[in-house]
Amino acid sequence: MTAQESAVLGRTVATEQRLSPRPRRGRFGFGRWLLPFYSLLALVFLLIPIVYTIVFSFNNAVKTNISWRGFTFNNWLNVCDEAGVCAAFGNSILIGVVATVVATVLGTMIAIALARYRFRFRAATNLLIFLPMATPEVVLGAGLAAQFLTAGVAKGIGTVIVAHTMFCLSFVVVTVKARVAGLDPALEEAGRDLYGSPAQVFLRVTFPLLLPGILAAALLSFSLSFDDFIITYFNSGAIQTFPTYIYTAATRGIPPQANVIASAVFLLAIIIVVSTQIAGETRRRRLARASVES
Amino acid sequence: MATSSFADAGADLELVGIHKRFPGFTAIENLNLLVPAGSFFALLGPSGCGKTTTLRLVAGLEEPTAGQILIGGKDVTSTKPFQRPVNTVFQSYALFPHMTVLENVAFGLRRRHVGDPITKAHEALRLVELDHLAARRPQQLSGGQQQRVALARAVVNRPALLLLDEPLGALDLKLRRQMQLELKTIQTEVGLTFVHVTHDQEEAMTMADTVAVMNKGEIEQMGAPEDLYELPKTVFVANFLGQSNLFTGAVSETTKDTIAVDVAGNRIVVPKSRAARHTGTVTLGVRPEKLSLLTTEPDAVAGQNVIGPGRVIDVSFSGVSTQYIVEVPRLGSMVVFAQNMVFGPVVDRGSEVWLSWNVDHGFGLVDDPHDVPRFPADDDTVSIAAQKRVELTVELED
Repeated sequence: MTAQESAVLGRTVATEQRLSPRPRRGRFGFGRWLLPFYSLLALVFLLIPIVYTIVFSFNNAVKTNISWRGFTFNNWLNVCDEAGVCAAFGNSILIGVVATVVATVLGTMIAIALARYRFRFRAATNLLIFLPMATPEVVLGAGLAAQFLTAGVAKGIGTVIVAHTMFCLSFVVVTVKARVAGLDPALEEAGRDLYGSPAQVFLRVTFPLLLPGILAAALLSFSLSFDDFIITYFNSGAIQTFPTYIYTAATRGIPPQANVIASAVFLLAIIIVVSTQIAGETRRRRLARASVES
Repeated sequence: MATSSFADAGADLELVGIHKRFPGFTAIENLNLLVPAGSFFALLGPSGCGKTTTLRLVAGLEEPTAGQILIGGKDVTSTKPFQRPVNTVFQSYALFPHMTVLENVAFGLRRRHVGDPITKAHEALRLVELDHLAARRPQQLSGGQQQRVALARAVVNRPALLLLDEPLGALDLKLRRQMQLELKTIQTEVGLTFVHVTHDQEEAMTMADTVAVMNKGEIEQMGAPEDLYELPKTVFVANFLGQSNLFTGAVSETTKDTIAVDVAGNRIVVPKSRAARHTGTVTLGVRPEKLSLLTTEPDAVAGQNVIGPGRVIDVSFSGVSTQYIVEVPRLGSMVVFAQNMVFGPVVDRGSEVWLSWNVDHGFGLVDDPHDVPRFPADDDTVSIAAQKRVELTVELED
């Protein structure tokens, strides 16, 4: 072996040594099972209430829905038999839809104004919009209830809608404002340049481009409103929404019909999420294929 | 209304005394400009010279602080962009991502309720050879294709005035050349008035009939590309449009047709007709390709300027020509372009050379290289604050 060869080989050996993996710890190394076990535990912990809810929607309950008394479809077939469940659910839907529509329309306008124009009190508006998100719900709920009392407004569906619109508004503004900020102003300028009046430019260019953000804001609003308990509880008076109904029903055992509605809402949400994912993926693939063909 | 019909020919554009001030700085100061109908007009200048602002003023996307904008003789200063017979090809193309290529092109036609927008849009797409991609979305097209769609979307409206805002900036060299040719063809085909904003002097010179060189919010010089190049009037034009060798000195003698300038002991002659000033200290210039490199001292001949000897300090070969940098004592370095008529450079680095050029190739400029800026930048916060304070004190005294 020449000096040259050995030098080359020496270098090779050195490289090999450097590349060889680190010595393994024991087969039952701490990290090998701790992370999967921990993740599994977290998942089970998250899923148990949901699985429980779905399973007990099929329970042939007699008085309370706490112990398992056999499988039945009756709860699903006769959801509205239990007094109050469907009325509360209907109230929740009505409040959610009205609050979402009002908050989305108003919030979108505020977001565009905040992102596009410089005006007096702009900074103050920005801060005020953020406040409902930062304030504890109990404070908001109690404060509103006191105001309604002072103003002599009777509590009912109307007051709940006002309350929900108020906190949904903040979330809509934040969501849509991000979308407006990401919109290239040249697109609207191009619309104006191509003979679009301000109304046409908004309708044909700005609105379609903001639509994904607006839809996301609306979905968020609806789920926040549908979900809300604290503010609703303070301002609902005699009427019940789904969450307040469950709360009162829980003291004497939640009827299985409530489980049915909860499961149905859960499944619907899952279906919506999965189908949007699939639609998005299909669209991406089609676009990719089209660009490859060109 | 002018916008409801197709313009059958381009219209002329006139800017009268335009001022545009933004908070803290002046973008345009007293701009007067006449673009004749049917011409291909280029506004050339470095970034920040106010050329894009000028374009936006014409399109109606900005309002002038003072002045008037006339299109085809009609005052449009206070009209909205959608009321002007003007279309723009934006720098970023600004194609609507939520519409197909075809709908993008038909957008302007639909807004004006022009009959049969789809057929007309297809025609416009055929003009830019993209009709086969009409059903695509803009983001599925390449940069060059997007640029052509943006052009079709503007041209389809037959505007009296087409504004192009550095539309070729994002393209590579080969595509640029191709698009330059295409733009020029389309302009001659449809006969519109094109106003092209660019910072690329080569692009402006190859495409435009008239070039206006803009600097610091003003037009420095305007004219045909050849005239601008052969007889620049200011130091800025001489250096921005190609390269120049400049000398400053006092006029030492004057004849009927020429002036001679003493530049650090060298006598340089220039025709009176090509010099802007005939007395005092003047700045002269000559283009690098007009210079000849000589390896021996030439005999003094009337009609030739000779300087030297100097030393070649750099030689760079670029295929068609070779660029030499010659250091001449007391004059500084001079740039010489020589065509490669023989293989390789004629002289090597370190050689002693003389430079000569025909007297008729020199030019005399209006200003000097060390002129103070016309309006120094006042956009820093300190000066804005000072400005505000002055305004406030004036207000309080009232």
